[in-house]
Amino acid sequence: MISIVEPTETWYLVLAAVLFGIGVVGVMVRRNPLIMFMSIELMLNAVNLSFVALATSLADINGQTAVFFVLVVAAAEVVVGLGIIVSIMRRRSDANADDMSGLKG
Amino acid sequence: MELLVFVLAAAMVLGGALGVVTRNNPVHAALSLVLTLFGIAVMFISHDAHFLAAVQVIVYAGAIVVLFLFVIMLLGVDKSEDMSIEPLTAQRPLAVIVGLGVSGVVIAAIVSSKDSFVKRGSGIDIAKLESPDANVKQLARSIFSDYVFAFELTSVLLLVAVIGTVLLARRQRSSEVAK
Amino acid sequence: MVNLVWLIPAFPLFGFLTIFLFGRIMGEPKAGIFATLMTASSFVVGIGVFFDLLSRTAEERHHVVTLFSWLPVGGFNIDMALLADPLSITMVLFITGIGALIHLYAVGYMHGDPKFSKFFMYLNLFIFSMLMMVLGENLLVTFLGWEGVGVCSYFLISFWHTRDSAAVAGKKAFVTNRVGDWGMMVAMFLTFSAVGTLSYSGINSAAASGKIAAVTATGIALMLFIGACGKSAQLPLYLWLPDAMEGPTPVSALIHAATMVTSGVFLLTRMSPVLHASYPWAGDVIATVGALTALFAATVAVAQTDIKKVLAYSTVSQLGFMFLAIGSGAYAAAIFHMITHAFFKALLFLGAGSVIHGMHHEQDMRKMGALRKVMPITGMTFIIGWLAIAGVPPFAGFWSKDEILLYAYANNRLLYVIGVAAALLTAYYMTRQVIMVFFGNARWEDHAEENGARGDHTPHESSWMMVAPLVVLAGLAMVGGVLQLPFSSKTHFLGNWLEPVIHTAEAKIYGTWASDNKWLLLAVAVIVAGAGIAASVAVYAKGKFKPVEPNILADAWRYDAAVAGLIGGPGRALFQSIAVFDAVVVDGAVNGVGKEVVVVSGLLRKLQNGFMRSYALIIGLGAVAMLVWFFLRGVLS
Repeated sequence: MISIVEPTETWYLVLAAVLFGIGVVGVMVRRNPLIMFMSIELMLNAVNLSFVALATSLADINGQTAVFFVLVVAAAEVVVGLGIIVSIMRRRSDANADDMSGLKG
Repeated sequence: MELLVFVLAAAMVLGGALGVVTRNNPVHAALSLVLTLFGIAVMFISHDAHFLAAVQVIVYAGAIVVLFLFVIMLLGVDKSEDMSIEPLTAQRPLAVIVGLGVSGVVIAAIVSSKDSFVKRGSGIDIAKLESPDANVKQLARSIFSDYVFAFELTSVLLLVAVIGTVLLARRQRSSEVAK
Repeated sequence: MVNLVWLIPAFPLFGFLTIFLFGRIMGEPKAGIFATLMTASSFVVGIGVFFDLLSRTAEERHHVVTLFSWLPVGGFNIDMALLADPLSITMVLFITGIGALIHLYAVGYMHGDPKFSKFFMYLNLFIFSMLMMVLGENLLVTFLGWEGVGVCSYFLISFWHTRDSAAVAGKKAFVTNRVGDWGMMVAMFLTFSAVGTLSYSGINSAAASGKIAAVTATGIALMLFIGACGKSAQLPLYLWLPDAMEGPTPVSALIHAATMVTSGVFLLTRMSPVLHASYPWAGDVIATVGALTALFAATVAVAQTDIKKVLAYSTVSQLGFMFLAIGSGAYAAAIFHMITHAFFKALLFLGAGSVIHGMHHEQDMRKMGALRKVMPITGMTFIIGWLAIAGVPPFAGFWSKDEILLYAYANNRLLYVIGVAAALLTAYYMTRQVIMVFFGNARWEDHAEENGARGDHTPHESSWMMVAPLVVLAGLAMVGGVLQLPFSSKTHFLGNWLEPVIHTAEAKIYGTWASDNKWLLLAVAVIVAGAGIAASVAVYAKGKFKPVEPNILADAWRYDAAVAGLIGGPGRALFQSIAVFDAVVVDGAVNGVGKEVVVVSGLLRKLQNGFMRSYALIIGLGAVAMLVWFFLRGVLS
């Protein structure tokens, strides 16, 4: 067993931050709306991970309760978001985010 | 031991994340997302959040990603996106800067405050101390006493989301149907 | 009684308002009689106040009646207040006295004019403004009257406004006065910033006790003198006065001989401590300008052919004498000459008006002659006025002019010589006028044929309403000299009476050569007057020499043309450049700001490109910035 150094809570938090950053880049760089949505899910998961890590380090169960609620709300959000995407994409199947430029001023 | 688990799980998480962001094919991206979610679930278990790990796998990986794949298949949005061109000027470099900036600042904040975690709660019940379902019990106690109102609201939220999506995604019938 | 001093301006104001509202109903001659009665009532009240002041000791002759608080603005408190002291009551007496006589005269002169009532409305308004000016307790009330007389002068000069020349003359008078008014306003600003009050007692006590720096006092004095140049027609700004003869003759008599044009003299006398506190060369400047004006106008009067223009230039010349007196520190002499000048100049103007009226509005002296046979009373009174202005003893003008020359000699010999030359010319041209109008051949008979189609044009004597004031004024011109006789300090009635007002600044010449030899200078003055009369008689009556009336003098040394050329040429270029500056720089700056806003907003518009991802990018950038800021705040604190 390799146990030279124990991963402290800080490591988990750092990992969550990196994951969050990757999610942000994904939203800005990808044009396919579904993949943009998946990047948002990445960000939510990063937040969940940091909540759980902090719940352990602060010895407070409220962190895990928050994760519970985040999960529920994320599910609801995905449902609604995919519904919107379906209704928009129905017309053209190769539409992407750049085609929604009606707010151009 | 924990280090090994951490390294493996971290590799899964980051690998999956990079896959989501860089794969052209949306189906490949969805599968990378599944990998990430499993990695997160493993990390939950290593924090003794058993219930959450289970819910993560069942709900997130089992329902949400499946939903994504349904939509991909339904709409035929599985055509690959061309990642070599970028119509907006300076979008990619600036996006990288923003990503690095956000994560960098958060990491800096974490590192600079890593010694100031003060234990404030009543502790987390660990399975091996009391009973195998100690975590579930403690979580249930918290949800149904401190946050019961929020819990009821989230059930309403789910209901509203379902109804709303059904309405949103309906094909618009012509007015002849009303006769 | 002195508390009723507010009645003095109230009567003519009431007259103005009544005629303004009911003039058309009152009609001729009621409006005129009413206006005359108002002015006469002011005169009666003035007499009452005069005797009240006389019964007090010299230090107590300074009574302020505050009517109401006019401008209480922070540290700037101006009251509408009237000051009854020797100087103001003196001015009130001769303004209202001569004013009442001229009102009576005008009832006869303006007979048959369609705007009869309006004339008397303006005349009463003028008397009111003039009284406010002299009775004012502070510079602002004086300025109110100052502007008022300017406005009334405009109204009255252009009274027959259907005549182009009259309308133009009115505008010219008003605009030229405005240039002078600028000077007075700057003087008021300087005074307020130096002393903190505009009240005469405050200013004069500050000046007398040395609290005003010489530089400031000089600035104030010279600015006031510019204002005086405008109102009292001194050399740079005199050009409105000859043209002002377009107005009816009573106007010329009242405004441009007796009252308005003396405003400058009054103002400088009122502010004499300030003048005394300035550099000595300020007084020299005033005296020099006065002397040069006197000489200049006298040379021009020699060549004029219009009966009123001669008198107009004569007025400018006599005003020059008054300013020569002020510059030499002889305030009492200046006021004395102002009073005697009011008597004989009003007399001369009214007499000229009688002549014009009798000659059926003919004003060219070359068409007159031998009128003393046809208009005996007018002729007699005019001759008395002539003797007074020429400086023949014992008439009034001799005493006042001699006193001025005395002080001038004590101050500056060159100015004395200029003054003597001007006095010589005065005697010369006035004799010329009298000979041309009243003696010699009856040249109006030669022109009777060309006027014959218009009816009978034999000149006739005027009605009693016009002749009675002439007689009264002639009497005053004869005995007016008694106000200030040079025999001893006890006979210096006017000087002693005015002493509380002018004692700071009055030049003290006892002990100088001039004072010791004043009988010699008196004799010189008499000889000069006699020489002028004799020369004129030799040229015009006896015909021994040819009359010298060069065109350049008739054109007033082409001064008018020079001014018109200056303003029309370089002046207009300056105005154009200022207008261009306003349009390009000022408007350009304002419009430029607007254009810049449009340009910048056009640039900012490019951010709204409609792409969701770039909006997300901008949100991300903002979030990073905020996170960095919070982090640094947390770390650095």
